[in-house]
Amino acid sequence: MTSRIHRRALTAALLACLVPGAWSQAAKPAAKPAQPAAAQPLTGTLAKIRETGTITLGTRSASVPFNYLDDNNKQAGYAWEIAQHVVDRVKKDLNLPNLQVKTMEVTPQTRIPLVANQTLDLECSSTTHNTERERQVSFSNTFFVVGARLLVRKNSGIRYWADLVGKNIVVSGGTTAERLIREANAKNGWGINILLAKDINENFLMVETGRAQAAMQDDVILYGNIARANKPYDWQVVGVPMAQEAYACMLRKDDAQFKALVDDVIARMMKSGEMEKIYTKYFLSKINVKGGVVVGMPVPEPMWELFRNPNDKAFQ
Amino acid sequence: MNYSWDWLVFFRPSVTGEGYYWQMILRGLGWTVALSLLSWAMALGIGTAAGVARTLPQRGVRWAAAAYVHCFRNTPLLVQLFIWYFVVPELLPTRWGDAIKQMNPVWNQFLTVLVALTLYTAAKAAEQVRAGIESVPPSQVQAAMALGLSRAGVYRDVVLPQAFRIVIPPLTSDFLNVFKNSAVALTIGLMELTGQTRQLSEFSSQPFEAFVAATLIYMLVTYVVIALMRWVETRSRIPGYVGA
Repeated sequence: MTSRIHRRALTAALLACLVPGAWSQAAKPAAKPAQPAAAQPLTGTLAKIRETGTITLGTRSASVPFNYLDDNNKQAGYAWEIAQHVVDRVKKDLNLPNLQVKTMEVTPQTRIPLVANQTLDLECSSTTHNTERERQVSFSNTFFVVGARLLVRKNSGIRYWADLVGKNIVVSGGTTAERLIREANAKNGWGINILLAKDINENFLMVETGRAQAAMQDDVILYGNIARANKPYDWQVVGVPMAQEAYACMLRKDDAQFKALVDDVIARMMKSGEMEKIYTKYFLSKINVKGGVVVGMPVPEPMWELFRNPNDKAFQ
Repeated sequence: MNYSWDWLVFFRPSVTGEGYYWQMILRGLGWTVALSLLSWAMALGIGTAAGVARTLPQRGVRWAAAAYVHCFRNTPLLVQLFIWYFVVPELLPTRWGDAIKQMNPVWNQFLTVLVALTLYTAAKAAEQVRAGIESVPPSQVQAAMALGLSRAGVYRDVVLPQAFRIVIPPLTSDFLNVFKNSAVALTIGLMELTGQTRQLSEFSSQPFEAFVAATLIYMLVTYVVIALMRWVETRSRIPGYVGA
């Protein structure tokens, strides 16, 4: 019993600390509507952040240009910057200027369990939001839209999906691309041999060494691979995008408060033009990887719509 | 923890439209068992030969066997597998390399893992066999030779029958390790049990159920191996000799 009373007293004390901060922010000039985090008692992720004074972010080392280690061995990327905006907002809303940011390297296989078991508070990289995953985790507003396409040698003669009949094609195991190509292969009777690679780098190695004639992945990753290839001019991206996918930040399930905060950060970045600015920085300008490369991918059509109208809809 | 458990996931159809999730696990188990048993059978043969070679009086043979054992036992299996898969075809004449790469990819992957796993396991088995041979008192070899047995006869009738009985327990460990090591196959895309489990966890978003199931299956397989080796050990025991 005593412990419960203590906890209540503690919560009250925390609230007392928090409310003046919220008022002072709300009192500032307009353009700052609802402060979702401060309006009610903290729950879920935000309560944990408040209690521990730390936030744990999932990071990737080679998901160019979303989240990667640059040539100075520092985290960088389009999604990494979004995560930094979220951190800044948490600092402000919870009035925690000394919030500690911990990072933890994840892989496509570990990221979902680590968010579900609450090791990670937020994971922003190249993670697709789909309905199966919603059973274990929750997703923020979409920050990028991709389509699965093909990377081929320019002289391979492959231009369309149907050119793949009877050929070897490599996909990264467990990705949406694998799912799509297996479905299409079974449905159309293409007789494609599907090879599985374990990560983005090996995926490219398979076409580079000629084990596969084409690599299928999210278009943006293919552009990233070309940018980092030894002979970028030998390669091209072909094929009409096969189904769209939404990239979003991954967070704990059933945590409306934290989700509202992250959603709001992303929506504001889109509306204020900040998102376009970091798009230009990471997709159209030189980034500090392999001595300086340009991904060179123009803004995909569906993303303009997204910028005008931020939402958290999954495509599958 | 904020996790939705769903143990019935194995009986749901796969999102790829290729049957049910339990079939993925079963396919993976098939590859794991085929790979491990074949590798083990060949490794036992090669390992015995290399182990014997390390104890022969001919210096050249001894050194060759030692070089093999050192190279394959002292480097990580994963590195060896990558060399077999990505490097070796580039070193061969272009025509051969291309022929290898244009093979049916699954068979190509299977054969590559088979070679890598066999040579790695054989190097370890060779050390066990050598230890077994060296534990047979040299006086027995001298006595056998004094009776007029050839070198081959000494190994066949005197040394090896004892050496093998002595090393059954450490060989059992190696046998178990083959099953566990076969999981490296997934790194070059052969979807054995661990590989399929990872796929299942990605497609279904039920990672914990998938890995719990895989753990139980691995334990089941290894217990079968342990039981089998115990049986071999008991059956081959000579009353009044080693450990009896």
